[in-house]
Amino acid sequence: MASTSTTADVIDPHRSQAEDNYLTHDKGLLSWILTLDHKRIGVMYLASVLTSFALGGLFALLVRTELLTPGRTIMSADTYNQMFTLHGAVMVFLVIIPGIPAALGNIIMPIQLGAKDVAFPRLNLFSYHLWVIGALFFITSMYLSAIDTGWTFYTPYSTSTTTAVIPAAFGVFVLGFSSIFTGLNFIVTIHKLRPPGMTWFRLPLFIWALYSTAIIQVLATPVLGITVLMLIVERAFGIGIFDPALGGDPVLFQHFFWFYSHPAVYIMIVPAFGVVSEVIAVFSRKRIFGYKFIALSSVAIAILGFLVWGHHMFTSGQSVLAGTIFSAITFLIAIPTAIKIFNWLSTMYKARIHLDTPMLYALAFLWVFTIGGLTGVFLAVMSVDVHLHDTYFVVAHFHYVMMGGSITAFMAGLHYWWPKITGRMYKESVGRLGAVLVFVGLNVTFFPQFVLGTRGMPRRYYNYLPEFQGLHQLSTIGAYILGLGFLITAVSLIRSLRKKADAPANPWGAATLEWKTASPPPYYNFRTVPTIDAGPYDGYEDMVYDEKSRGYVSKASRA
Amino acid sequence: MTSFIASLIAPILAAPAEPALPKSPDSPYFWMPTRSSTVADQIDWLFDVMVWLSVISCIGILGAMVYFCMVYRAKSRSANERVELTSDHNTTLEITWSIIPLVISIALFVWGFKGYVDLRTVPKDAMQVHVSGQKWKWSFTYANGWSDDVLHVPVDTPVRLLINSTDVLHSFFVPAFRVKIDAVPGRYTELWFHAIHAGEFPIECTEYCGTSHSDMLTKVIVHEPGGYEKYLEQAELLEQKKPPAELGAELYAKKGCKQCHSVDGSRLIGPSWKGLFGKSESLSDGSSTQVDENYLRESIVDPQTKLVQGYPPSMPTYKGQLKDHQLTALIEYIKTLK
Repeated sequence: MASTSTTADVIDPHRSQAEDNYLTHDKGLLSWILTLDHKRIGVMYLASVLTSFALGGLFALLVRTELLTPGRTIMSADTYNQMFTLHGAVMVFLVIIPGIPAALGNIIMPIQLGAKDVAFPRLNLFSYHLWVIGALFFITSMYLSAIDTGWTFYTPYSTSTTTAVIPAAFGVFVLGFSSIFTGLNFIVTIHKLRPPGMTWFRLPLFIWALYSTAIIQVLATPVLGITVLMLIVERAFGIGIFDPALGGDPVLFQHFFWFYSHPAVYIMIVPAFGVVSEVIAVFSRKRIFGYKFIALSSVAIAILGFLVWGHHMFTSGQSVLAGTIFSAITFLIAIPTAIKIFNWLSTMYKARIHLDTPMLYALAFLWVFTIGGLTGVFLAVMSVDVHLHDTYFVVAHFHYVMMGGSITAFMAGLHYWWPKITGRMYKESVGRLGAVLVFVGLNVTFFPQFVLGTRGMPRRYYNYLPEFQGLHQLSTIGAYILGLGFLITAVSLIRSLRKKADAPANPWGAATLEWKTASPPPYYNFRTVPTIDAGPYDGYEDMVYDEKSRGYVSKASRA
Repeated sequence: MTSFIASLIAPILAAPAEPALPKSPDSPYFWMPTRSSTVADQIDWLFDVMVWLSVISCIGILGAMVYFCMVYRAKSRSANERVELTSDHNTTLEITWSIIPLVISIALFVWGFKGYVDLRTVPKDAMQVHVSGQKWKWSFTYANGWSDDVLHVPVDTPVRLLINSTDVLHSFFVPAFRVKIDAVPGRYTELWFHAIHAGEFPIECTEYCGTSHSDMLTKVIVHEPGGYEKYLEQAELLEQKKPPAELGAELYAKKGCKQCHSVDGSRLIGPSWKGLFGKSESLSDGSSTQVDENYLRESIVDPQTKLVQGYPPSMPTYKGQLKDHQLTALIEYIKTLK
């Protein structure tokens, strides 16, 4: 049974969209810079994150172009080292970590929850401003002397290199607070602003995912903050925390760094799981299978994620005992992750599947994340990891899960919620073409890198032995295909903004609350507080597709 | 435009192998290099097990996905097809597909653990070589005090490497032996292997260490029985017999000077050696000095004392790393570079 008390807010699909919405409600630059509307904040994040993605992607294409030949192709060794460092730092800190939570989550989550806004709207705006400030420090460091330490900043190289480590590290410090405040905001919002009837197990899985992510953001990010602060202090004052010449321990930095950065990868992927759950249910016209298991597995992953950081350090000189414990717990995390994949597949069993662009990306996610996840198992096995550590096998693994996982899911969510956010439908044929190009590009770029890695090609190499050239060239071709896919998608999405804002309220026939508002929603989200009496994936059978508005409406309203 | 494209394609088509670069022996395996140490068999076996498990899982998961998409594909949205009512949860299924991966995980973990303990347990009778990593070269010191930039070992003998770094993190990796350990400044790490094939195998640095990280390559030469002892005997003798300038040219490559100093006049990290001897050099404190044998010697063992203006203070000291006759050789070599 669909939830009923929001009929006042069910928008007549035939009504003109000239009505006031959150995009048109207020005008002027200041109404955006000082907005307290979570939707506007999310849109600013979206634009910022996608721009950063383009920048990080450009760096990636330059890196892959350089790797067409061993020795110099288009840049010097120093420039190359800066290029891969910036690619990593921009993608990790400016794109993927804020990514789905700050961009899509900010816009959609409060509406999906049934709330008017997040718990702390001013803190939300501050989070965005901090993102901008952090990004500015990054860009400044690029102008001064772009960092060449790798995004991991390992000491003592990072404490002795002459590049602008301090501004970049400080940018990371500020970005950390952006992340912490968003996490805090989301936790309080989800606990306290649920409307009547919205029990924990009626929450959409996207919200469960954001909640688990928020826990990690709040608990782990402070450790990163302190770590980069120590790095800055070490560089500025030469105290001797990490520098062995002064009595410090370089491996200590690795422990501090990975204590955050491992949970960080779960910040990157768990929201993606949330998006995939939403899309698969809606595009299969079927309740998600194993809802409770999917919801709770996100929490399990969030907690276990704190206990495995040493699996990045099996060859660091870390003790055998420590390595053993880390490896054992790493295997445990594989289980809740596998459970999700099986549940998603089961959702598709005996469903009615629609292969629109969001679903294509979600299916691409299943494929690519399975490969990425399985290759994580190779790295968790201690003896095999000794051979694979710091080779291209690792590079391939994390690109499969981050690019193939997080970014693909981001694309799925972007297309899924595009009509809701902008009020315009994107062009479906181009969307599908983009999805196919991205999927093919991903695999052609990164699968050869597994082979490069097992054959002994180390990572972060400007020069390489000639025997590796063929696979490198194949990988570069893939990168261009990938770039093309994103370019086509970007152009198509931007062009769709030129159209009239007449997207239907519910083009996909979803049952979660955001689809009960107009596309785009009014600035106040709901006229009255909704009452919930059904689950987030209930009621597909009560909807029919209306040809005229090209969206779903309830059977009752049709009759 | 066309010349730009041509300049991109030309290097792609031509990829000459530099004779000086270490080369892996051809491997009969798709994924891995040759199995040239005693541990390689078990590591590759475990790797292969995981490849098969992955292939089976992928076929299962992705096969199901593709099958469902074909068989359950909706005709269109307007058709408003009804979904068959099936259950939305099944606890038995959840438990089953948790237990099976768990059991497989435990097995993989245990095998990996055992292999790792093997990798970290040095046999008692292992022959020791001291390894030092610095930006951007490896150097190996043998029991008799002889030092080289290539690792020589006898076949069929357990070898223990005691490794450290004199500056930043590096990592010592021999793909053919499946061994790797970081070189950490301020402490020692160790690695052992037992080579089963004679031949030459690349050694690569696998922890990012700056500009020439990807040039920090050398090789391990595994000698047939008797070869290693002969090498040690002759190496020191041969070196002392060589004319100094010729030895100097070899040391220029072996001791890592060439990473930062060119001999053709081009500027690298440090000043070029071409035309260096006899010229008047401007120093960072404003003074100038004549480049003679004493200046060169001081610059090698105490490089921070007189810094050439316009160059970074990056050079590490070679004090204790070069014997007297080697210092002389380098100086004589520099004198030949007009």
